Amino acid sequence: MNFNLTKEQELVRKLAREFTVNEVAPIAAEIDEQGRFPMETIEKASKIGLMGMPFPEEYGGQNSDYISYIMAIEELSKGCGSTGVIVQTHCALCAWPIFTYGTEEQKQKYLPNLLSGKHIGAFGLTEPNAGSDAAGLQTKAVDMGDHWLLNGSKIFISNAAVADTFVIMAMTDKSKGTRGITAFIVEKGMEGFSVPKKESKMGICGSVTSELLFENVKLPKENMLGQLGKGFKIAMSSLDVGRLGIAAQALGIAQGAFDETVEYLKSRKQFGRQLYKFQGLSFEMADMKTRIDAARLLLYRAADLRQKGLPSTTEAAQAKLFCSETAMHVTTKAVQFHGGYGYIKDYPVERMMRDAKITEIYEGTSEVMKMVISGSVFK
Amino acid sequence: MAMKIIVCVKQVPDTNEIKIDPVRNTLVREGVPSILNHDDSNALEEALKIKDSNPDTHITVLTMGPPQAKELLVECLAKGADEAVLLSDRALGGSDTWATSNALSAGVRKLGDFDIIFAGRQAIDGDTAQVGPQMAEKLDIPQVTYVTDFDIADDKKSVTVKRALEDGYEEIKLQMPCLLTAIKDLNAPRYMSVNGIFKSVNKEITVWNAADLGVTESQVGLDASPTKVFKSFTPAVKGKGIVVVGDTDNELARQLLSDMKHKQII
Repeated sequence: MNFNLTKEQELVRKLAREFTVNEVAPIAAEIDEQGRFPMETIEKASKIGLMGMPFPEEYGGQNSDYISYIMAIEELSKGCGSTGVIVQTHCALCAWPIFTYGTEEQKQKYLPNLLSGKHIGAFGLTEPNAGSDAAGLQTKAVDMGDHWLLNGSKIFISNAAVADTFVIMAMTDKSKGTRGITAFIVEKGMEGFSVPKKESKMGICGSVTSELLFENVKLPKENMLGQLGKGFKIAMSSLDVGRLGIAAQALGIAQGAFDETVEYLKSRKQFGRQLYKFQGLSFEMADMKTRIDAARLLLYRAADLRQKGLPSTTEAAQAKLFCSETAMHVTTKAVQFHGGYGYIKDYPVERMMRDAKITEIYEGTSEVMKMVISGSVFK
Repeated sequence: MAMKIIVCVKQVPDTNEIKIDPVRNTLVREGVPSILNHDDSNALEEALKIKDSNPDTHITVLTMGPPQAKELLVECLAKGADEAVLLSDRALGGSDTWATSNALSAGVRKLGDFDIIFAGRQAIDGDTAQVGPQMAEKLDIPQVTYVTDFDIADDKKSVTVKRALEDGYEEIKLQMPCLLTAIKDLNAPRYMSVNGIFKSVNKEITVWNAADLGVTESQVGLDASPTKVFKSFTPAVKGKGIVVVGDTDNELARQLLSDMKHKQII
């Protein structure tokens, strides 16, 4: 067992931390308030390689390990939860399935643009009647001989409004349930494909979330990703990677709120002394620090297993469950400890608490995580 | 023709409130995180910009310091420098600017031909701004300090620079090889890149000691240094002012109020 970071990991953390302090945190409140995708930040992040980290250089990736990648998402999310999830959605849910299941032609066609950040990626599984229950998908792809005909819609799709490349799950054989789902690559601008509605959300407002609409979209045959009927497996394995990213996002939000609260408790005086000198508060901070560290260890373990190519579905679910619940706990306490100031937008903990909530919901709710974990207990 | 650029950098303690050993009159470095000296990162950036437009440019980063200065050199490589050289030896310890420029000039001579040496104007821990100019004298090349703008001639034989003065600028053309010291206004230093980090961590860093440099006890180290520190002290800390920015009076007032609330003044 080795708890030391490698030199590379230490430097990636340093890089991501500097980038966050200089480029991400200063506009976090602004993009939240405006509900604006931070394109300028993503362009800068692309230049230093943050949009293509855990992928090989031959496709334009940065050749990094998963722990470095996770740490970068964590650092970004300390300053801005929206920016963290933009990068993670792009990497884990679009670039990763293309890299893992794509043909050589598909990899050559899509990955260099995605990994260099020239193109932004999105992923579409969720539909109005198919959330945690993927078998209820109604989006259909019909084999027309020389092309696929795609019809249906998706909701709650992160990055959709700005994305160029989409990995989309569609039913190709309803009678087979989840075994009738197939993955496809859909490109922005294809005839019949539109992104009609932007959602108005509680948090992560800088990560623009939209509806997708497919009306007789003619997909070339070569846009099928992986094998026919294997879409559910592709989606689930992508979400395994995605859960590491969401756990990292949650952990970053928790750490960011914790750091803000430490500063506040040191500077704020009531009853003639600084707030941290009240043991009721300092003991709660001790408890929060311990939870955050436990969350981090669970997450790094899961990322380490993935790096080694070992099974990590349960561990990723545990990390996602615990990191997201820690984020909710810590940000709620952070707002409480800031008192009235915590509830107004002058302090970032207000935004952090709103941003934290979604981490318990998307890419598998806490309840779905418990299904995954308990499934491994009662095999 | 490929250009060769040498960038002189220094690892400095990352603090404005430097602690001083009251007996030895030297800086206490233990427990203080180290960073690349600010002006030196501008020096490196200018070299990297030349390499951006002339990819066959070769950049060597040169520093003198303890073995841990290698960490700083790795960061320079991760930003895009090609090669890094560390001058490190107990015999070099305690060098003042004269002795330091002796060692660095010896390092430059050992590296061979070069076109430009970039250095930072001064280091935040010593604030002398002497090492760069002394090197130019010892290497017998032209120099310009306080460079705030830089342009290289098409024939790659001369450069035109803008030199910041207190009340204006000088525009100076000089022949290469030359030495230029950079200030903050010269450019915006880039970040490392992830790929750069993974490629640089295991890159070999050349380490030369006093013997490799061919320098003697009369040229480097504490005893050879003509400058003796008489007294070191920490100046009284003055609060940093802030400038409130905004386009309208309302905006300015709102910003000011929010800052005051943030600091719990009101």
